[in-house]
Amino acid sequence: MMTLFFKRAIDDILKNQFLNLVTIITISLSILIVSAFFLFFINTSEIIHSWQKGLRIMAYLQPELSDTDVRQLESAIQALDGVQELRFISKAEALDQLKSQMERQSSLFENLMENPLPDSFEIRMVAASDSWQTIEALASRIEALEQVEEVEYGQRWLGRFSQIVTLFRLAGYAMGALFFLATVFIVANTIRLVIYSRREEVEIMRLVGATDDFIKIPFYIEGLIQGALGSIIGLVILFVAFLFVSSNVEIGFFTGLFQLQFLSPLIICVVILSSMVVGWLGCFISLKQFLNE
Amino acid sequence: MIDVDDKSSIIRMFHVHHNYGPKKALIDITLDIAKNEFVFISGPSGAGKTTLLKLFYYGEPVSEGQVLIDGINLARIPRKRIPFLRRKFGIIFQDYKLIPSKNVYENVALVLEAAGTKKRLIQKKVKRVLRLVGMEDRVTSFPPSLSGGEQQRIAVARAVIGDPKIILADEPTGSLDADSAEIILELLRGVHIRGATVIIATHDKALIRATGGRVLHLKQGRLETSTFAEKQYDDAIF
Repeated sequence: MMTLFFKRAIDDILKNQFLNLVTIITISLSILIVSAFFLFFINTSEIIHSWQKGLRIMAYLQPELSDTDVRQLESAIQALDGVQELRFISKAEALDQLKSQMERQSSLFENLMENPLPDSFEIRMVAASDSWQTIEALASRIEALEQVEEVEYGQRWLGRFSQIVTLFRLAGYAMGALFFLATVFIVANTIRLVIYSRREEVEIMRLVGATDDFIKIPFYIEGLIQGALGSIIGLVILFVAFLFVSSNVEIGFFTGLFQLQFLSPLIICVVILSSMVVGWLGCFISLKQFLNE
Repeated sequence: MIDVDDKSSIIRMFHVHHNYGPKKALIDITLDIAKNEFVFISGPSGAGKTTLLKLFYYGEPVSEGQVLIDGINLARIPRKRIPFLRRKFGIIFQDYKLIPSKNVYENVALVLEAAGTKKRLIQKKVKRVLRLVGMEDRVTSFPPSLSGGEQQRIAVARAVIGDPKIILADEPTGSLDADSAEIILELLRGVHIRGATVIIATHDKALIRATGGRVLHLKQGRLETSTFAEKQYDDAIF
């Protein structure tokens, strides 16, 4: 029986090529847009995560602190929650580092009468403290310590960037939901057109004793095929665009640091299955209305 | 008085009224058709013949009254059971109702496919029934390429292939020449001999005279007379 239903579904697709093509293109465009958002989130999350892993808090000390003060401060910082290890960098060591980093501009240091750099502690956080709020809280507690003049935790913009990404992610969810509804609506209307163009045939089927399931199942299969084909086309276009973009972006920005990644096989399966559900749902809504008339 | 439990009846109607909006299509119809009976429903155009046939196969629910088909009360039939009720019927429509996008084989096979019959048996039965109606060499033709007589023969083939208990034929010879009409009539006689109840709605007096059987005469939605027609069928009832 299922072979018969599949045969009827394929026949229907071939006999209504234009309407089916419109549905498949609509689904593939929706899948393309939603998957592109998804791909963007996956990669930006990875970038932020890799940046957060390398994050250190630098605590610059007040000038003229005694060794005792430095030791007290070291103990105070070590006692704070979330601190994994800390390293004292003396002003002399800091200047040496600066000089080695700016070897080509060594003339700048020639007339330097005294070392302008402060002593500092480089603080590394425990692995669990990778949320932005935790880092911020720890930094402000260190900054509140008497012997600390200033705290720098590098890329403050990273916090803002991750907030923007979160905002994008929420917008992406909303857009995904909207695209889902819009696609279901378009598929439902396309299937409705197909059914209306064949209402006489459906009516004859009913008159000769066909059950609703006998009439509906080939349409459902049609919807599932449309969903699967639409998603595969959308994902193939996305993959081609990804290859083009990643080859350019990696050369420009992330050479050796980060590799852009495509959707995982699991996510691809989820996207295809979701798209098939969209196709089926469109059919389900149309047929429910039509057969109840 | 009709015996409600009469097991020899296949179609029973009790005080059936049917309306299309304010228009009364059928008025107070009470009738009883026995198993394996050959019945004509006659009457002028607009008398309600086609509407009466529709009520038999639940093409429309009756406005008022009771219809019993092979013991099933249509007033109480669940929606899901309607397809199974319709499989008791083989229906030959006035306008044939063949699916234009399906070929002859597919149109005839549809009845058995809908009933879940095995593919091999469908092939065997379709071949046999198309041979019976003389259309075995047109299996791949599509209805629009066939003449009216040929389409009617396909409609008959589709009506009889499922071995239904009841054959309903709405003006089966209306648009056919004498030879084609005779072929159709022979086919209907054949299924009647094999045990089916045959009900033909027609205003063709010649057809009734040539066949014989009970004649239910409708006039303006009312069942006027129920007579037996042999060769001596009375012109006066038309």
